[in-house]
This record gives sequence, C-alpha cells and structure tokens, in this order.
Amino acid sequence: MPEKPAGTLYRGREGMWSWVAHRVTGFLIFFFLLVHVLDTSLVRVSPEAYNVVIGSYKNPVMGLGEAGLVAAIVFHAFNGIRVMLVDFWSKGTRYQRLMLWVVVGLVVVTMAGFLPRHLANVFGG
Amino acid sequence: MATTIPAGPLAAPRSARTTRSRGSSRTNMEMVAWLFMRLSGVLLLVLIFGHLFVNLVQGEGINRIDFAFVGGKWASPFWQFWDLAMLWLAMIHGTNGMRTIINDYAERDRTRLVLKVLLAAAFLLTVTLGTLVIFTFEPCPIGAPADLLPSFCPAS
Repeated sequence: MPEKPAGTLYRGREGMWSWVAHRVTGFLIFFFLLVHVLDTSLVRVSPEAYNVVIGSYKNPVMGLGEAGLVAAIVFHAFNGIRVMLVDFWSKGTRYQRLMLWVVVGLVVVTMAGFLPRHLANVFGG
Repeated sequence: MATTIPAGPLAAPRSARTTRSRGSSRTNMEMVAWLFMRLSGVLLLVLIFGHLFVNLVQGEGINRIDFAFVGGKWASPFWQFWDLAMLWLAMIHGTNGMRTIINDYAERDRTRLVLKVLLAAAFLLTVTLGTLVIFTFEPCPIGAPADLLPSFCPAS
C-alpha cells in the first residue's frame, strides 16, 4: 500500500481544499461566461429573441442554478483575495488557514443577504 | 514510514544559474500572467459584484431583465465601458485559468495542443462577439414592437 506523504504546508488540509474549490468554481464560471455572452448577444438579433431566452433564466430551476452560480462567484472572489494576501502579505502564509474560514464566513453572510432577495424574485413571480 | 523533509537551511545550488532556457525572452510571460490574475481579480470583484447587484438585487432583480432593461443600461457610456471591461478582463482571466488547468491535467502533447486551440477559438469568438454587440447595439430597432423597447425610443 502506498505510504501517505508527509505533511506539507498544503496537502490534504484547508490549503488544498480551498485550491480545489477555487479551481472548480473558476472552471464553472468560465463556461457560464461563454454562454452568458452568447445569450446577451441576442439583443443584436431582435428584442423578441432576447426576451424569450432571458425569460428562461427566470424559471425556478434556472433560478436555483443562478443561486449556485452566485455562490461560486462569491467564493472565488473572496478566496482570490485570500490568495493575494498569502502571496503579498508577509504574514499571509501563517494565517492562510484562518483566512479560509474568514472567506467561508463572508460567503455565508453574502449569500444570506442575496438568497432571500433572489429566491423571492424567482419564486414570488 | 513517511518521508520527511529535512529541516534547516537549504543547501546552496551546486552549479551557477544556467542561461535562459530556449524560448524565454527578457520578459517572463508566466510572471506577467501570474500578476495579471491577481490585478484583474481585484477589478473583476468590483465589476462583477456591481453587475450582480444592479441586475439581480436592485428593483425586481432578475424579473426586470429584458431587452428594454439592457437597452436602458447601454444607452449610458458608463455601463458600456463597465461591461466591456468586465468582458475583456473576465475572458482573459478565465482563459488563462483554463490554460493552467489544461497544462495540469492534459498529459499528452497532442491533447494539450487540441484543447488550447479550442480554448483560443472560444476566447476570440466570445471577445469579438461581445465587443461588437456592446458597440453596435441598436436600442430602438426599426419595426420592433414599442412595448419591448426602452422608454426613450421614439414611438413608431
């Protein structure tokens, strides 16, 4: 059986999992961005075409998808700030683990503000 | 037994730094890309949070987004510039991130090449299309039903 590698700064802990989450959220956001530029481009086709496609963003299933998308963006944004602090702040590496929990807390607070508003818009009609 | 990393000062390199490897120039593109990810990241945080607030939180949020809403926003050079900056920065930031992912996981040279060509094509197509749409957008197309258009359009 392969031996477990020795503890490093990042492997298997908050540092690694935040890196994985940053990569996964970035990957998802990129593909949404491609689709979002295409759907917005329909304003060049006709008002009717744009309104039909943007209307599909207002159904409940897409509404939940948007909530997930916003959560991914908010995490990626706040964790990106954490990455910058690790890179540029002299104490960044010492506090990288604590800063991840600050990031998670800020994501929870931001989503607690956003979700009731957005879900009321989506499900309230 | 787990392998351990020796503590203490690192040994000095046993040979002098070699001359720059083939293909690298005076400017270090990877360093520029690394720095760009951080600087554009800060700008994108502001641009995208602003975009999400105006489009999803203010007013009736997503329910008021339609052709007239977009027309109303892009009547202002402020939002045209905002969206243009967002488009370019996000596409360069995202494309560079995808390039990193391809380099990390696609092991065969040919696979990497094919994926990077596809990525470059997606980048060029999306940036060109988005830029053209922002600058050639016609908020009051002739013949369109007036109730779908921004309020500033002359009644047809």
